[in-house]
Amino acid sequence: MERMALTRSALRLFSGRFTQACQVRGYADAPSMSLTFAAPSQVLYNNISVKQIDVPSFSGSFGILPAHVPTLAVLKPGVVTVFENDGSTKKFFVSSGTVTINEDSTVQLLAEEAVPVDTLDISAAKELLAQSQSQLASASSEVAKAEAEISIEVSEALVKACE
Amino acid sequence: MFSRSAAIIPQCSQQVRGMATLKMISIRLKSVKNIQKITQSMKMVSAAKYTKAERELKLARPYGIGAQEFYKKAEVKDEEGEKGQLIIAVSSDRGLCGAVHSSIGRIVKTDIAANPNTKVVIVGDKVRNILQRLYAKNIAMVVTEVGRKPAVFGDAALVAQSIINSGIEFSKGKILFNAFRTVVSFRTTEMPLYSQNAVANASKLPVYDSLDSDVIQSYTEFSLASLLFYSMKENATSEQSSRMTAMDNASKNAGEMIDKLTMTFNRTRQAVITRELIEIISGAAALETKN
Repeated sequence: MERMALTRSALRLFSGRFTQACQVRGYADAPSMSLTFAAPSQVLYNNISVKQIDVPSFSGSFGILPAHVPTLAVLKPGVVTVFENDGSTKKFFVSSGTVTINEDSTVQLLAEEAVPVDTLDISAAKELLAQSQSQLASASSEVAKAEAEISIEVSEALVKACE
Repeated sequence: MFSRSAAIIPQCSQQVRGMATLKMISIRLKSVKNIQKITQSMKMVSAAKYTKAERELKLARPYGIGAQEFYKKAEVKDEEGEKGQLIIAVSSDRGLCGAVHSSIGRIVKTDIAANPNTKVVIVGDKVRNILQRLYAKNIAMVVTEVGRKPAVFGDAALVAQSIINSGIEFSKGKILFNAFRTVVSFRTTEMPLYSQNAVANASKLPVYDSLDSDVIQSYTEFSLASLLFYSMKENATSEQSSRMTAMDNASKNAGEMIDKLTMTFNRTRQAVITRELIEIISGAAALETKN
């Protein structure tokens, strides 16, 4: 219990916010959760307190609120929406990765590639989709078919994200 | 004076004529100067690569630390079992970088001595050379062509895929690499690696909701690639900074040698001139007295 409370207050100090909840101990009320959203070559959020995160996963898209039950999930190509504490929303397209929600309300979102949605170009995405579809048509081995199917899934999600 | 000058150049064990010694000193001086130029340029190159590597490492650190969080929070412990240990030794192909490779080789050797049922996956040629002589049986896989270009996630994914495809089974595992601390220091650290069974039997796993073996498998595979990527990045930064320091020391040592050799050269040259003068003068004096 103390360890969790210590981690939480340390995380709050980290994000530079001294809320009254610092005084409170206990697992049941965790008014904010700490998000670490990173890709191998960039950091999007590092232990930042946010309100809600929507993630696309293979077991379905779900939203993560503070005090969400701990779980692990594998990300599907799609859009991650982060609702920050000041009310703004940011959307990122992720290609794949994992999400970990721990007991102490820390969330680690590790994506293989993550880009802000407004940097996506819809014509390039549609071209990629056409390319992957022709790849699937000309694929000969099982491995090539699977790879083409993966790239179709990613390009379809890209096109959907742009719209 | 001549015997003294011969003593200053210890490698000339026999007394040779002054002229030949002069030539040898000047050859040596030229070669040490060339070496100093080479080490200085290697230092410049490493400094540039180090700045880039450190920048990329700063961006990769949250990713790497985040990837280890689950194993800490879920309190995953090593599997109880006799399937042996897996060590992934992360290093590189290129030398002249100080103690980077030898420190990893040393730890692997002590580990294998303590735990003979160990398999090692080696990333980088240098550690393979260290281990090949005595522990060739324990080497499971070697990854080469490492270190020339900065690592990308795809490289780590490739290595992780090969490890998974080879079907190595282990009860406990670790990734051994050099964690970067400062420009002048690094620390050889290990990151624990857990098998799928170990994760499935973790003490806090029931807290985590709706997990099936598929999710655990994908999660462990992805986190293997992530941890490998992180260790490669840390190791690359340590290697470049270590090489920078090593080449800097080499340049300084070469500079000292050049100073000493130049002194010797000048003294020898003056000795030769003096001897010639004395010969001439004594020859002239002998002619005079004869007359």
